[in-house]
Amino acid sequence: MKILTKWLRAYLPGLAVDDIQLAADLTLRGIAVEGNYPLGERNGSIGDGSIYEMDITTNRVDAMNHYGVAREAAAIYGLALPALDFALPPARPAAKPFSVRIEAEDACGRFTARVLRDVTIGESKDWFKGAEVATYFGLLEQKTISNAVDATNFAWRAMGQPTHAFDLDKIEGGIVVRRARKGERLKTLDGMDRVLDAGDLVVADHKKALALAGVMGGWDTMITPETKNVLVEAAWFDPMAVRQTARRHGLHTDASHRFERGADFNAAPVASALVSAILLANGGWAEGELVDVRVAAIEDRTARRKPIALALNQVQRILGATKAEEGDEEGITSETVEGVLKALGCGLAELAPPAVGRTFGQDSWQVTLPSWRLDLEREIDLIEEVARVYGYNRFANTLPAFGGGVQALPWAEKEAAVRGTLLAAGFHEAIGSTFCSAAEAALTAPQPGQVVALGNPLSEEAGVLRPSLVPGMLTMIAGNLNRDVSDVRLFEMGTAFGGTTDKVEERPALAFGAVGSMPEESALDAGRTIEFHDVKGVVEQVLARFEARALDFDRFPAEAGLTPEWLHPYRAARAVADGMTVGWFGQLHPREAAARKIKEAVLVGELYLDRLYKLSLRKPAAREISRYQPVRRDFSLVLDEGISWETIDRAMAEIGIPELVEWRVREVFRDTRLGKGEYALLLGATFQAPDRTLREEELQSFQARVVEAVGKAGARLRA
Amino acid sequence: MANEAIPNLTAFDEAALGKAFAALEAQAREAAAVLDGEAAVEAFRLEWLGRKQGRLNEVSGRWLKAAPPEAKKALGVRFNALKAVVEDLLDAALGGGPGDATADAALRAEAIDITLPGTRRLTGAEHPIPRTMNEIVAVFAALGYSVGVGPEVETDYYNFESMNFPPEHPARDTQDTLVVANQERKPLRDRLLLRTHTSPVQMRTMEQQPPPVRIVIPGKVHRNDAADATHSPIFHQVEGLCVDTNITFSDLKGTLDYAMKALFGSSVKTRFFPSFFPFTEPSADVQISCIFCGGKGCRKCKDSGWIELLGCGMVDPAVFAFAAEKQPAYDSRKISGFAFGMGVERIAMMKYGISEIGSFFAGDMRFLGQFA
Repeated sequence: MKILTKWLRAYLPGLAVDDIQLAADLTLRGIAVEGNYPLGERNGSIGDGSIYEMDITTNRVDAMNHYGVAREAAAIYGLALPALDFALPPARPAAKPFSVRIEAEDACGRFTARVLRDVTIGESKDWFKGAEVATYFGLLEQKTISNAVDATNFAWRAMGQPTHAFDLDKIEGGIVVRRARKGERLKTLDGMDRVLDAGDLVVADHKKALALAGVMGGWDTMITPETKNVLVEAAWFDPMAVRQTARRHGLHTDASHRFERGADFNAAPVASALVSAILLANGGWAEGELVDVRVAAIEDRTARRKPIALALNQVQRILGATKAEEGDEEGITSETVEGVLKALGCGLAELAPPAVGRTFGQDSWQVTLPSWRLDLEREIDLIEEVARVYGYNRFANTLPAFGGGVQALPWAEKEAAVRGTLLAAGFHEAIGSTFCSAAEAALTAPQPGQVVALGNPLSEEAGVLRPSLVPGMLTMIAGNLNRDVSDVRLFEMGTAFGGTTDKVEERPALAFGAVGSMPEESALDAGRTIEFHDVKGVVEQVLARFEARALDFDRFPAEAGLTPEWLHPYRAARAVADGMTVGWFGQLHPREAAARKIKEAVLVGELYLDRLYKLSLRKPAAREISRYQPVRRDFSLVLDEGISWETIDRAMAEIGIPELVEWRVREVFRDTRLGKGEYALLLGATFQAPDRTLREEELQSFQARVVEAVGKAGARLRA
Repeated sequence: MANEAIPNLTAFDEAALGKAFAALEAQAREAAAVLDGEAAVEAFRLEWLGRKQGRLNEVSGRWLKAAPPEAKKALGVRFNALKAVVEDLLDAALGGGPGDATADAALRAEAIDITLPGTRRLTGAEHPIPRTMNEIVAVFAALGYSVGVGPEVETDYYNFESMNFPPEHPARDTQDTLVVANQERKPLRDRLLLRTHTSPVQMRTMEQQPPPVRIVIPGKVHRNDAADATHSPIFHQVEGLCVDTNITFSDLKGTLDYAMKALFGSSVKTRFFPSFFPFTEPSADVQISCIFCGGKGCRKCKDSGWIELLGCGMVDPAVFAFAAEKQPAYDSRKISGFAFGMGVERIAMMKYGISEIGSFFAGDMRFLGQFA
């Protein structure tokens, strides 16, 4: 909305500050001036002031016009604001008053009609003081159309009251404000032929609908250069009725904007006078007095609302301390409250002081509310007005006392442990989309069918809530590869969704992905492609942060149908902690890689953090480190391809030699000297006693037991 | 290479000791100068430093024992000096000493190009959004705020109704809010949607605990916004709520002024403007003095010297009335409170100079790597 300061100042001649200061002061009081464009820079005439581009919050429709902003300025500077009053030439008596009937008493609170005869439709001029239509519209760069159209626009910009001018000779009988008849037709000013709904509120004559009430006038009764006689409408329509009518017809007009947010019940006669005065300035005469039909019930809840109680101690309780340097030691006083509210148009009747005698902070009032401020309904609304006009920045900065403790989320430490481990492992943290396609969801949902669709998705690719973070991870990996970033290490921690559209379940989840070479950057080492065991190591590191008695990785035959479909069935594993599945990871299924045009081997996985968080974090505990020499013995084993490391590992774990402190696979190799279907494995075992140096005889016996145990597991020593 | 046997000392005065040790040092240097080959070096070591027959051992055995108590200290000092000389001679002979051409050549052959770049392992980078959220949360934790969270899929009741949004508020339109499918048959208040702000957690927290409350709520929110440079359907907020007896508007001002100084530096100033939110009254927008130009005016602050950063206000009595349905202690005549909320993306974009909000959600390694 644009405000011309020249126009504004016409309402408030005592305004002493310049346009820059005025803009700053208004803005600090919530009547925000977003842009201030001095007209002198455009047309060289400093006296024309500035144009303000306003940004006014939706609750303050009353300030979205020149007089409304002038009212705010008057309150800020303590100036008196002259009332709007437009004198009309004396009317000639009418044979009988123009007939107006409000049938829809729930939706139209007031309808005023004035009959003007022998008017001349023509160009707009500066008609009289307070109606400088040509000048103001020129400065605002608003095109003038005709004195009739411009008069209603002028009233709109002046005081925010929508009005409408009908060609009186096209009206049959009188006016009826009513709901439309189902199937009734109306051609509106935009040239559209509309079929009306039974809920639409219309201004009609005795035969037909003339206009969509509070939204748009009708084509057939529009003012034309030939119009001689005019009916000026200024009314009050119910916000909900106008909103519903406007929405049904896909219309949003200045008029509907105002009525939807609540117009000023008392503004109609003033606006009608302004429009009529402008029209009559070009000739013609008014017939009869203003016809003013009101609905008492609506007047009671707009212009004649019950006063509300306001107590000074409530104002002080909510607002607190003011800055000492502002010079008023007492902060917000009765004088402050009365000054602000009266300037805004409220009436204040002081309540009897309490019987015990009047002490500071016990003043209270009954406050009557101005008809243009439908947003004021409660005591807190008045307290806000006091703070706003007094100036937010004149309040002190204080800190409230606090005696409690601070609690972190129960899983905060676990989340930090997981995040810290992945960051340390060289994975960047990412945030992917919350949504994915139905196909991606079907592919990755941990519980088949538990996929929740959106009612109004942004696109088909984002049609459902992600059941897993894997789809987003794959999108991000593919994005990197497309941009020729070949080394990718990403993880995301976020919410995954399950359940149904009746009851959506949320759980914390994690996905990670890796592609490229290891190490990532080396001048000397060609590196190698990252593979399954690299990410298995990362999963192990994460799981090692938690206290679990048993940690297993297993895999399932492809036909078991247990391995998620997005994983390569023979290069994937399930992570199990204390019997609970906590995640899946491995190589992306080549079919899925191909579908995303990925040629590289992508390693990807997810962890079910909700399950992982059921475990405690591992508490580090120090163990005595033996001072005696550890002894390492290597065993070169030959195994059948069907025997996995896990078998050997288990056999070692079950030997039961306390001095066997550690064992690991040192190397795995396959060569032609081995039998068909066999592979070789170098097992390294470390023996150490806490209290002595091991003797050779003991070591010999340990070795023999290792050979026996792995032999039972199916391994033989390589010759 | 036969050295003389160690003579017995008869006098232990300074001059006698000096002479005796000088003689031994000269013998050691003489012997070391002609060493050739590993065997010779080993023989030298055994002769001088051997534990049983070594000459130094003999010196200590004969001289130190025989010395009168008053001379023992001076003798000890000279003995240690001689031992150091012999050890240095041995080290030099073993190839570590300066000026040994053969030893240096061996090391030179092992030279590497230390100017080649170091082999690096990737350092994982924390995402700038959680990083910024954690910074904000830490500031409020120091002020006594616990962390609260809530679901990303909310009911209309928590997201709108209990936050005092009127039934016809534009935010409730599906053009602004992403909704879960198949909700039409449910009563309005039970309909599921993606929360459009973190404010519902205010109500969830108040329903679960009576005042006093101090919580800070970091979280992900969604709106039905087409993506452009500054809009994204996904973004993050940090919300705060403080409720107690006698919480005032000036407390709100002081708290946010403190927090902004803690986040952006002690020279930052704040100013408050009236604003409008359904769930607070009075409501305010908060600006901070431009962190780029210090308030002089620059391109970043559009020459205003100020940057708009957050919304806040005193909790509306209507919101307390909803909370009081489950916790009667939220009686707006007895308690008061304030709430505030800020967009994390906006703060992170400002702090790190990011121009496209979409960068946060693309997972581009090159973008994320900058935050390591």
